[in-house]
Amino acid sequence: MDTGAGVEARLPIRSDMDLVWVRQHVRQAAAKLGFGLVEQTKLVTAASELARNALVHGGGGVMEASHVTAEGTDGLRLSFSDSGPGIADLDRALSDGYTSGGGLGMGLGGARRLVHDFAVESTPGSGTTVRVTSWVARPPRPREDL
Amino acid sequence: MPEVGPAQGGNDKERKHVPQHETGGAPAHEVRDFLLRRSEQIAQRWADEPLFRTVFTVSREEAVEAGKAVVDALAQVADSQRVEDPDAAGFTGVREQLARMGAARSRAGLSTTQVAAELAALRPPVENLLVADLEQEAPERLRECSTVLSVLMGTLRLVAMQTALSEIQALTDRQRLQLLEVATPVIKLWDGIVAVPLIGTLDSARSQVVMETLLDAVVDQHARFAILDITGVPTVDSLVAQHLMKTVAAARLMGAECVVSGIRPAIAQTIVHLGLDLGTVKTRASLADALGYCLHELGANIVNATPDGAGRR
Repeated sequence: MDTGAGVEARLPIRSDMDLVWVRQHVRQAAAKLGFGLVEQTKLVTAASELARNALVHGGGGVMEASHVTAEGTDGLRLSFSDSGPGIADLDRALSDGYTSGGGLGMGLGGARRLVHDFAVESTPGSGTTVRVTSWVARPPRPREDL
Repeated sequence: MPEVGPAQGGNDKERKHVPQHETGGAPAHEVRDFLLRRSEQIAQRWADEPLFRTVFTVSREEAVEAGKAVVDALAQVADSQRVEDPDAAGFTGVREQLARMGAARSRAGLSTTQVAAELAALRPPVENLLVADLEQEAPERLRECSTVLSVLMGTLRLVAMQTALSEIQALTDRQRLQLLEVATPVIKLWDGIVAVPLIGTLDSARSQVVMETLLDAVVDQHARFAILDITGVPTVDSLVAQHLMKTVAAARLMGAECVVSGIRPAIAQTIVHLGLDLGTVKTRASLADALGYCLHELGANIVNATPDGAGRR
């Protein structure tokens, strides 16, 4: 399968316009890997939140998308890096309703609930990297002709 | 000329000629004289290049005239000794013409790189003429003049590309504004009911426009209900939700109740996982449901014209 093409990408996050590219790329990559509509929407929404975090709090950054496989299952890994001030209190940042930027405070915690794997690395003063992965669930094929 | 000093300060090639500005000894002035002397021949040769030939199609004379204008501009820039400066006053007169040429080539389907290559192709003919003209001069002198000319032609390329890019930028800005205007119509569905079909990305700028047009419509139409239909919004994240809630709150302050419709199943699940509380906002699955709700609230119910659900004959 040539899933690498159209999935692997490194997109800059410097303006609102770039967020549009990030969302479109994630949607297309997720569709290509075989994610269902709901999972696609979840991934796109998570990517939108995390990319906006990188833009608003980190002063811009970059998103890297890659195709991963584990135990025969395809997955999409998205990595958002910025070199902003970093997150001082990670637990607080992940809690719902906490915001430092005038938003709803649901971005980081919400994004965590929208994906399967979620990891944050943040060094105060030198930047933040959020890595998320979702796997294409392969439920048993629904019975046809009931 | 006050600008001569600083321009020369950073220019190695002209260093030893700094004090001789008025004697005509500076290579830039030699180049200026050459350009003025050979203006006709240069323009004639350029007229054969694709950049001029394909843009000025009415007649060859037109292309030659355009070429002469560019040569004159270059001579002016050389005269001011600011050959490295794309903002030199000499370029002002031809900026518009260069922009038109660049735009015409882009419209013909050429990439930016191809246009740049066509601009670069203007240099060899001029250089060949210069070499032929200064045959008698010392090789050192020829080399100096040739370098000045190269720099000058490079700056011309830069000016042309800058102008083309700023045209594209202006176009993009215009289109963005257009999009803001076009994508937010407020539709009157019934007496006292207005609807806004939202389409595409709901960023801060767009949602501001939506809020303004909606609130204006609430006043103009004496609307008691406003329906925000998000069928055409592909992603509802926390920022979009925040914008929606702000719009709903603002409409409520003006006495109108908002209904958000067009929430697709995937969006609904995402909102739940994201943890957004839209409990304060009245929501419906489709625009039809929202309209039905609003009509009901207004005391107007839609009933089938034929009783018992019988089909029309």
